[in-house]
Formats: sequence, C-alpha cells, structure tokens
Amino acid sequence: MTKTEYQHPLMKGYWDRLDCGFGKVADVFEDCMAEALAVLSLDDVNHYLDAAGTLGKMGRGADPVLAFLEKWPAVAAAAGSDMLAPVMAFIGAMQKSPNSQAIAPFLQTLGAVARRLQSGEQLQHYLDIAADLMKRTTGSIHGHHSTFPSPGLPDFCEQAPRLVGLLSISGLKNWVDYGVRNYRNHPERQKDYFGLQLADSHAVLQRERHGTLFADVERKLDLYLRALWQDGDQLVPYTTAFDELRKPIPYYDKLGMRIPDVLDDSDGADGVISGLDRYRAILAHMVGHRRWSKQIIADNYSPFQRMAVEFFEDCRIENLLIRAYPGLRRIFLALHPLPDETECDPETTSCLRHRLAMMSRALLDPQHPYTNPILLEFTARFHATLEAGTSSTREMADLALAYVTRTRRQTDQLAKVHFDNTVIDYRDDNRHLWVFIEDSDDEEFFDDPSKQNKKPAEIQSLPPRHYPEWDSASQTYRPDWASVYEALHAKGNPADIDKLLLKHAALAKQLKRLLDLIKPQEKVRIRYQEEGSDLDLDVALRSLIDFKGGAQPDPRINMSHRTDGRNITVLLLLDLSESLNEKAAGGQQTILELSQEAVSLLAWAIDCLGDPCAIAGFHSNTRHEVRYQHIKGFSERWDDTVKARLAAMAAGWSTRMGAALRHAGHYLAPRRADKKILLLLTDGAPADIDVSEPDHLRADARKAVEELAAQGITTFCLSLDPKADEYVREIFGNHWRVLDRIERLPEQLPLLYLSLTR
Amino acid sequence: MSNKDQYLVKTEPFYQAQGREVALYEAAYGARLPVMVKGPTGCGKSRFIEYMAWKLNKPLITVACNEDMTASDLVGRYLLEANGTRWLDGPLTTAARIGAICYLDEIVEARQDTTVVIHPLTDHRRVLPLDKKGELLEAHADFQLVISYNPGYQSLMKDLKQSTKQRFTAFSFDYPPPELEIGIISRETGLAEGTVAKLVTIGQTGRNLKGHGLDEGISTRLLVHAATLIKRGVDAGDACRMALVQPITDDPDIRATLEHAIDTTFI
Repeated sequence: MTKTEYQHPLMKGYWDRLDCGFGKVADVFEDCMAEALAVLSLDDVNHYLDAAGTLGKMGRGADPVLAFLEKWPAVAAAAGSDMLAPVMAFIGAMQKSPNSQAIAPFLQTLGAVARRLQSGEQLQHYLDIAADLMKRTTGSIHGHHSTFPSPGLPDFCEQAPRLVGLLSISGLKNWVDYGVRNYRNHPERQKDYFGLQLADSHAVLQRERHGTLFADVERKLDLYLRALWQDGDQLVPYTTAFDELRKPIPYYDKLGMRIPDVLDDSDGADGVISGLDRYRAILAHMVGHRRWSKQIIADNYSPFQRMAVEFFEDCRIENLLIRAYPGLRRIFLALHPLPDETECDPETTSCLRHRLAMMSRALLDPQHPYTNPILLEFTARFHATLEAGTSSTREMADLALAYVTRTRRQTDQLAKVHFDNTVIDYRDDNRHLWVFIEDSDDEEFFDDPSKQNKKPAEIQSLPPRHYPEWDSASQTYRPDWASVYEALHAKGNPADIDKLLLKHAALAKQLKRLLDLIKPQEKVRIRYQEEGSDLDLDVALRSLIDFKGGAQPDPRINMSHRTDGRNITVLLLLDLSESLNEKAAGGQQTILELSQEAVSLLAWAIDCLGDPCAIAGFHSNTRHEVRYQHIKGFSERWDDTVKARLAAMAAGWSTRMGAALRHAGHYLAPRRADKKILLLLTDGAPADIDVSEPDHLRADARKAVEELAAQGITTFCLSLDPKADEYVREIFGNHWRVLDRIERLPEQLPLLYLSLTR
Repeated sequence: MSNKDQYLVKTEPFYQAQGREVALYEAAYGARLPVMVKGPTGCGKSRFIEYMAWKLNKPLITVACNEDMTASDLVGRYLLEANGTRWLDGPLTTAARIGAICYLDEIVEARQDTTVVIHPLTDHRRVLPLDKKGELLEAHADFQLVISYNPGYQSLMKDLKQSTKQRFTAFSFDYPPPELEIGIISRETGLAEGTVAKLVTIGQTGRNLKGHGLDEGISTRLLVHAATLIKRGVDAGDACRMALVQPITDDPDIRATLEHAIDTTFI
C-alpha cells in the first residue's frame, strides 16, 4: 500500500479516512475532493469517503472507486445526498450476486442519469427497476443458486442516460419488463435488447416514449393542413430517438414533409404549448414557405449571409401566416427563444446567431424588449416592406444583406459561436430556399450522381405483412411481431377434386335439395302501407272499429311484399399444420384428405348458393414465417384453377392462429356484406415451435377474434380435436363446434355452413 | 280568396343575389317552366324561392319531402267522415288549383313513385290526373313547380331519374364567395363585419374538409346561427363551438382541427 503525502493536513485526514491504496485514485483524489467539498456538507463528505473506501475494498479494482469519487458529487447535487444509502445498498446487492462486473458501468452513468431525473424519488425508481432487472435475469441452475450474471444489466446501465432521457419512469419499466419477459432465456439476445441493438427494443422504446407521438396525431395533422391551409402532402416522420449529437431538423422536399416522430409539450416562459400545437407550428411554417418563398441563387452569398436571409425570410412568412390566423402569434412566440440582449460577449464570441435570433424575435413580437437602434431600424423597415402586400424572398434577401453589412464584426469569424437561446426548433432547414449553380464545397446536399441512377431491384414476391401479437402477461401488443408471407397455393390435378365430388354424389344430391330450400327467395312482408298488394286484415279491422266508433281511422291498411336478398361473404380458413397428416381415428384416410373432401363439397355448395367465398390455408414456422396460402379469392370462379390448388393441399409445420386470423380479417373487413363470416377449420390448439407457454398463443388468438368481431366479422371454428372443448370456448366464445367423428366431416361441414347462414 | 292569400309572402325576405339568378328565374316563370335548384344544404336555396315568390307576388306552397311520403300526401286523399267520405286536396293539387308556386324541398328524399306524379304537370300538358277522384285537373295559368335537390350527401340509391331531371330548368347554388358571405351574414344578424369575417374564415376551413370526414361543409345558415349567438353576447369561441363544430361532426380529430381554427382566429 503506497502512502501519498498531502501538504494540507485536512486533505491528509480525508485521504486517511478513505483508506485506499490505488495509485490511480491518488492521482485524481484532490480534484474530486475539491468538487465534493463544494457540494456536500461535512457529514456527507465523511459518508462519501466511507462509501468510497468500501468500494475500494470490494476487490473489483480501482474502477468503481474512481467512478464513484468522480460522479457522486454530481448525483448528490441533482438527487440529494440522502440517496447514498439506497445506491450503496444496490451496489452491495450486485456485489453479493454474480453481477459485480456491472458496478463500474452503473456508477459511471449514475451522474448522467441523476442529472436527467432531477429528484431522489425518481432515482429511487430507477434503482428499483435496475434491481428488478438484475433479480429476474440472473441465471440459476437447480433453482436455488445464483450462478450466472445477468447478461443485460451492464448494457442496461450503459444505455441508462439515453433511456431515462427518452422514457418516463413507467415507460422505462415497461421497456425493461418487455425485455426480461421475452429474452430471459436467451443471453445473447438479452444483451442485444438492453444494448438497443434489436429492432424489437427500438420498437418498444418508440411505443413507450413520452410526448405526443406522430402516429397518434397523423390524421389531425392531415386535417389541419387541409382545413386551414388547403395544402396536403405526405407527412414523413423521422426518428429523434437515436441522434444524440446532430438533432435532425424538419424539412420538406418533393417526397413529403419530414417532421419528428415525437414532440414533448414545450414549457416556455409564455405558457405551455402542447406537442400537437408544436406539430402544427412546424407544418404552418412549411406551408408558409411553400406559399410565399421563391428560390434564390446561393452561390454568391457567404454562409453567414445565407443564414441572415433565412432568418428574415422565416420571419416574413410567419408574419404572413399570422395575418391569416392571428392566434398563431401566441404559439410562435411561445416556441421562439427570447435571448437576453447582453448575454453574448462580442469581444470573445461570434455573436451573429445571437443578433439574428434577437432580430427574429423583434420581427415577430411587437412587445420585444430590445433597444438596439439598428435592430429597431430594421424592424421598422421590415414591417414597412410587408405593409403593402406579401413582399418577396428577393426583398428579404436585400434587407438581410443590408443588416449583415451594418452589424458585421470582426469577431463573427471566431470559432466559438454563441448558440444558447438561438435555436428556433419549429423552423425547417430551408433547403428549398437555395439553388446552387455549382456544387458547393461546404454543403452536403448533393448526392453522388452515380447513386441517383440506381434502379430499385425488381420485386420477386409479395413483401411480408407484419402483425402485432397480444401478450397476455403484460396486456400489451408486441409490435410487428409476426411476419405473414402470402403466396398462391401450388397447383395439382383438378380432376382429383372432381373425383372426390363424384364419390360424394349421393351427399351432393341431398345437399342440393337443402340448397334449393334456402336459396334467396323468401318474401318479407311490409305492413302499414297506404297502398299495397294485399289488404292487411288485422289493421283493416282495427281501422273499421275506429271508424265505427267515430274516431279518425288509420288509412294504412294495406301490406306489400318484397323479396329478401341474401348478402353473406365467407372466408374459409384452413389450418394446414403437420398434424393433419395423421390418420383419422378408426379410418384409413388422413385428416388432410377428409378436409380436402369436405372443403371441396363446401366450396361447391357455396358456389351453388352464389355467396362470395374465399378459401385460404395457413401454417407457420416460428413468428418469422407465417405462411398464408391463397386457394380461392372472393371473385374467383369455382373452376379448374381453384380445384387444382385444392388438389395440391399439403400439411406441414405449426399453427400460429392469431396472425393468420388477422391476415384473413384484412381481406374480409373491406367487403360490403350484411354478414361477414370467417370459418376456421382446425385440428388443434394454436402452437408454434418458438413459443413455450401454450397459453400465449391462445390468448393471442382470442384477441384476434375480438379484433375481428370489432370489425363486424363473425368467426366460427370447426375443430376436429375431440379434446378441444377446454380451449375453443376460451378462444371463440360460443362460436365453435367440435366434430367428434372426423370421418363425417365431408357431410358435416356444408351442413354446418348452411345452418350458420340460414 | 282568403285561401290563396294565406300562401302569399307578406314581407320582403332578405336575399343577396350571387349572379343573374333573379332575372333568369323571372324569365323561367314568365314561360312557366319548371325549375330545379341544386346546391349544398344551408346555402340559400329556400330563401331564394321565397324571395322570388315575394317579388312576383305569387302564393308559395312549400312541401318538405321525406322517405315516408306517398303520392297521396302530395295529390290528396279521401278522408272518412261519420256519414261518408270527403276529398281533401294535397298541397300539389291546391297549388295547381289556385295558381301558386309549389316548392318541393329535398325531392329525392321522397319515394320514386311519388316523384312520378309530378310528370304530367311538368311538360306541355300541365295537368294533374286525380285518379281516385276521377278528375283531370288543369293547372292554373300562374302555377309553377319548383324542386330543390342536394346532389351531395344522399346515398347512391337516391338520385333523380333522368326522366324527372329532364323536365326542369336548373340553377346551381353554392356557398357565396367570402366577401359576399360576410355581407349576407352581417346584414342578416347586424353583427360587425370584422367579426363576421373571422366566422367566414372558420367556415372556409370547414368546407375544405368536405369529403375528408365531413359530409357537408359549414353552411351559411350555421354561420348565421353563430353570428346570432355572438350578437346576443355569447363568447365568440363558445358560439362557434356550439353553432359550427358540434352540429356537424362527432369525429374527435375533426373537432380538434376546427377548434384549433377557432382558437387561432378569435384571440
């Protein structure tokens, strides 16, 4: 143990109290103490040193001590020094479990986390979440011994400052919960999830973010553009979550208006502006440019001059916008910074941005506090130009150039630029304002021409559709969880199906009789008609009695008839999983063959009735590959093409029912019919090889059925699994039937359909 | 003939012409040609007909058509009385007898068979056969038939037959241009033009949303309602919400957009 000699006796006392022998610590000790003494009380300094001493004796090297000594003063300043005990308790827990390698990352980011959370209570929540994560992901063998460290915890600690910046505490909890639940048994994936390397982790993060999400207000913004500005364009959100250094700025080009994917409410001096109103301000500003801005040639201007022109032009269009809707002034001003006139020192810093921000404020705000004579003069000139009409970009450019010339200072060229309070974040980047005749060397607008000529690759197959999956444990959807690939079913020999129909000729005759009975022909009586085809005796008698009794009789004593149409659309969804290849109990045929016969008969019967009908099969191989096979479309005839596809029906893989139901629903929902029926033929419960809990897919299937019901689609399940009672009721409510004797399927399926739709 | 007098328009209704429609109508009436007025709801169709009836000093009989209306509601029917039956003329028959302008409002709402009874009155014959009564009524020389028809909001099932349409001369109405509309509303309600101009701005935002969640835009009639409320001392924002937003939509997104328009217009 090396002894470091300190000149000051007080510092020596502190060093002795720390009781630590690391050379690296000694190097920075004095600086750390200086900072700590400025923030902490005397008592707290002692606790601080004791805690650091404890960390030094944990046997984890110098890193934890260093991190703690360095970060704690900042943490204490942000969250209060009484957080020391809970933090040390958590570190103790990490030390006792196999997770001690996460101590250093935890301490290193603690300062940044505390700075964002700004309260002891919030920090406590953060500790609880981290502790919960650690407890649930620390692996154990034989169930009673913690032996494997949590794979995700160090990554979580590293990402923590960004996470608490984007998410509220409850959002963070949900995000962590999601990761733990779905990746507990997959250490590599768990690391990726908590290190923000997985698409999932981004998607869930996006969903949990605080503020106004673009996805929630997209329609409102479309309506806003249309109603207030008679404008409309593709709104394209860009993400603001993962760019820490260069925050993207809104812009528009011929592909659409680019706006952030989420905006927090802004809490300025002039009152709170909701996220929605901030979106509206961004869009209004862009609309202003589209209406009133003309492009000008940029090549002859310096970057400073261009910046000044942009500021003046932005103010011009905002004044014109305010002319149309005076209330916009309040919103713009609340979002616009109000720089203090004296906050920038022109001797040491480049103040151009500061001057322009003040100018911009003065041009928008009639009650601005500035007294600079040049500023006042240009404000007056600006308003004089606008008085006559809408002025023009050209005039603004001239005004801006004059302003830059009048106010130029040598120090504008300095590298140290004053940025505080000069950023006006609802304005776009004005890329549309400039035309460059020659390629500029200080802008990055110009794409490599060789890239522009590339043609997109030809599309070979239908792209997958992604569907969410219901997670009953957390009562949330897993976003874009299952990928459904749709394809035409392979073709076989249509004659096989004709043979099958011939085999069931007797049954077909019997069905035919039934079909004739329910073909749309019933008459519906319309009563209470003044004129009609028949006398409605009941009403006529009542009228006669009224008449004889001296009261005014009802003259509507006739009735007429109208024929009642049948307006049903049906989609038959077949489970084509591996289990269909088994032999049916007590028979020679496989379930698949029986299904084929049954479906052929049903399709024939429905064709006779004339109801629009589609047929599709599905099976799945994990959530990444749910196959949905198109056999017959609603408007396709019952002909050889369809029969050929039916003849080639084959079984394999598993049953991910929810995704298939949702995909089938997306075809049924837009159909116009009084009754939309989704008839599902299956031989077992939903299951897939990437899901270990059987309840999960059942809950998801039930949710899918509920979603369909909300869209006006009735789902009916015919199950061939004799033991299905326990789960079909749970999934389908009352809309199910279990067929015990599978060999009777060809007869039962058409009858079932007829009884359903009678 | 007191019966006839009750249908006369006593005082001059305020009507601000948008174009040459007054002269054109007078010409059509001079030749007793049937007239059809088309246009969105609340843009002044009925007011125009009322005004013309006053200007020509002819009685006006208005019938609001509905789905349950039958031919006998227009033509007339036998009523039962204690000692027999009595014939009662319907509004169309009355108009043909006394020489009034018969105005069938929203004619497509009526059932198809109903619209056919007006056919013999609207061509060169100008007669109305009362088959139940066994009478062939020759229309009075002053009789004219006017129908109104809103092509916008009805379902595809409800449209006039070609054979009906092709009996009429037609005027197409729309909401007046902003300056004119400001004048109309301020004349109608006595509200200052500055405030009315703001109302008209909001009206325009609503009309921009037609077909995007709104079946019909904010009509001049609704703007008049809002102006009336403001004139009576109601806060402008409240008046707009009550008269312009709530009546026309239940869609929260559209409501939010219109309310934003109100908040940024009235400050």
